[in-house]
Amino acid sequence: MQAPEAPAGTVPDLAALADLARRLRRDIIEMTTRAGSGHPTSSLSAIDVMTVLYFGGFLRHNPRDPRWPDRDRFILSKGHAAPALYAVLAAAGYFPREWLWTLRQIGSPLEGHPNMRRLPGVEASTGSLGQGLSIGLGHALAARLDGRDYRVYVLLGDGECDEGQVWEAAMAARHYRVGNLVAIVDHNKAQQSGLIATVMDHTPLAEKWAAFGWRVHEIDGHDLAAIASALAAVREERERPSAIIAHTVKGKGVSFLEKDWTFHGKALTPEQARRALEELGWS
Amino acid sequence: MELTKRRAFRLGKATRDAFGEALVALGRDERIVVVDGDVNNSTRTDLFARAYPERFFNVGIAESNLVSLAGGLASCGKIPVIASFACFLLCNAFDQLRMSVAFPRLNVKVVGTHAGISIGEDGPSQMGIEDIALALALPGFTVLVPADEVAARAATQAMLAVEGPVYLRLGRPRVPIVYEDGCEFVIGRANLLRPGRDVTLAANGLMVALALEAAEILAEEGIDARVLDLASVRPLDIEALVAAARETRGIVVAEEHLKHGGLGSAVAMALAERAPAPLRFVALENTYAESGKPEDLLAKYGLTAENIAAAARDLLR
Repeated sequence: MQAPEAPAGTVPDLAALADLARRLRRDIIEMTTRAGSGHPTSSLSAIDVMTVLYFGGFLRHNPRDPRWPDRDRFILSKGHAAPALYAVLAAAGYFPREWLWTLRQIGSPLEGHPNMRRLPGVEASTGSLGQGLSIGLGHALAARLDGRDYRVYVLLGDGECDEGQVWEAAMAARHYRVGNLVAIVDHNKAQQSGLIATVMDHTPLAEKWAAFGWRVHEIDGHDLAAIASALAAVREERERPSAIIAHTVKGKGVSFLEKDWTFHGKALTPEQARRALEELGWS
Repeated sequence: MELTKRRAFRLGKATRDAFGEALVALGRDERIVVVDGDVNNSTRTDLFARAYPERFFNVGIAESNLVSLAGGLASCGKIPVIASFACFLLCNAFDQLRMSVAFPRLNVKVVGTHAGISIGEDGPSQMGIEDIALALALPGFTVLVPADEVAARAATQAMLAVEGPVYLRLGRPRVPIVYEDGCEFVIGRANLLRPGRDVTLAANGLMVALALEAAEILAEEGIDARVLDLASVRPLDIEALVAAARETRGIVVAEEHLKHGGLGSAVAMALAERAPAPLRFVALENTYAESGKPEDLLAKYGLTAENIAAAARDLLR
C-alpha cells in the first residue's frame, strides 16, 4: 500500500502538526541526552519544517515500502541533525520508536550521522557537509531519465552553505532545469564555532540562491502555516529548482538553548533536559 | 610514442581511446549514464555523448558536484560512469568519492584518464601520480589498470558487469599492444605473459610492455624472467604472487605511479603475510615530475625497461 501526497489545495491540520512537533522535540532531547552526545540544537531548528513536510501531506512516501521507486526523496544534507530525522522516521513508522534510545550505540543503525545502508527511510549517507544537494540532483535527474514525477527535498544548514560544492550543485540544477528539486536551508544563524555573522557571513542567502536562478521562498521556519504555504508553492514548479530559506532559531523551543550557540554539538545533561522538557510542556 | 626499442610491438591506441569506443558499444544498456567534467573530448566520452545524448551530463568544471551527483544516480539504479583526469577526480573530489560513493557502497564507475607522467608536456599539475594510492585507500573500491587497448576495452566491459565502485585508470598516449584481440579480462586475476624461473617482473599499465622488453634484455644474459600483468590491483591475485615468490628468486614491481601507496605497496603487503620474498620497485620516487616529451620523462624518472632489468639483476645478485 502506498501513501500518496495530499491533493493540491489540501490544508494540513496545523494544530495537530504543532502537537506532533512538540512530541518530536521531546524525542530529540531525550535521545541525545540518553546517548550523551549529538546535535539537539541543530535538530530543534529544523524539526518544524520536517514535521510539515512529512506529516502535512507534502512528502509522497510509504514507510512500509521505503524503496518505492516513485517516492519523493528527503535528503538530510546537514547530517548532524540526524536526531530530527530519526524522530520523524520513527513517528512515520519506518522503525519502532524504541530504537531512538539506541542512538549512537555500537550495533545500532541510528548512527551519529545518517547511514543509508543501515536504516530504512535514510536516502543518503551524510555528515560531510556540502554533498547532499549534488546527491539530490542525481536523484532528480534519474527521475527525468525514468519518466517518474517524484520530487527531491534536500535540507541544508546555513553554515553548510560555506561549502563550494553547494554552489556547484545550485548552478547545475538551474542548468538542467530540474523543477523537481527543492533545497531547504535551515537558516539558524549559527555554526559550530560561532554565529554566521562572525564566522563566515554569507548573508543575504535568498539573493544568492536567486542569483543562481532558483525560485526563492523566504519564510519563518517555525511558522507552520508559512512552511505549508511554501511547500505547496514548490509543487507548482516545472522547470526551476526551488529554494526555501527558512529563518529559524537554533535550539528553538528551549529558552536557554536559543540564547547560546555554544550548545552546538552538545547533548543536554539530564538536569538540563528536565528543564527543557518542562518548557516544552512535558513535565 | 616509442616506448620500447628492442621488441617489435605494434603501437596501439591510447587506453582512453579504447575505453571511449567500448563505452559506446556497451552503451545500449539504458542504466549506463555518463557524467563528465568538461573534458569529454579528452576522456573520449564525447563518443558516448553523441550516441546517447539523453544519458550524458556535462556538469562543467566541478568535480565535487560530479561525483556526488553520480552517487545520487546510482542510488536510483543507474550505472554512472564518471570520467575526468585521474588527478582531478581522485584528488579534487576525494571526499565525495569517500562519502557519496565508497561509504554507501554505490555502483559508480570512476574512470581516471591522463594518469601517470606519460601525459608529457602539460606537466605535473595534470599528472595523476597519487591516484592508485587514493583509490586503494577507499574501502570496497575495485582498482584496475589495463596495459593496452585490448585490455582497456575488456576492462571497461568487466567494470560495468561487476556490482560496486570501480576505479579504472587510463593513459593519454598511444601504447604498444601486448594482448591479442578477444583476450579475457578477469577482475582479480593476474595474466601470465611470459613464463620464467629466475625472477618475476610484475607490472601494470604501460609498464607491462616495458617489463616484457626487460625480460628480453635479461634473456640475452641467460636470466629467465617471468612476466605478470597485475592489471587488477584490487582484488590482487595473491595466488599468482605467492607462486611467483616461491618459484622464482624475487619480484620486481613496475608501475607508472609514486612508489609509495601503489601496486608495489599492495604486492609487498600481500607477500609479507603469505610468502615473504625479495622485492624491488621501479616507480616514481618521492617527487613530482615536470613538463617534457613522454619518452624523455619516462627515461629521466627511471620508468624504463633497462631499469626494470637492472632491478632484476640487483635482486639476483
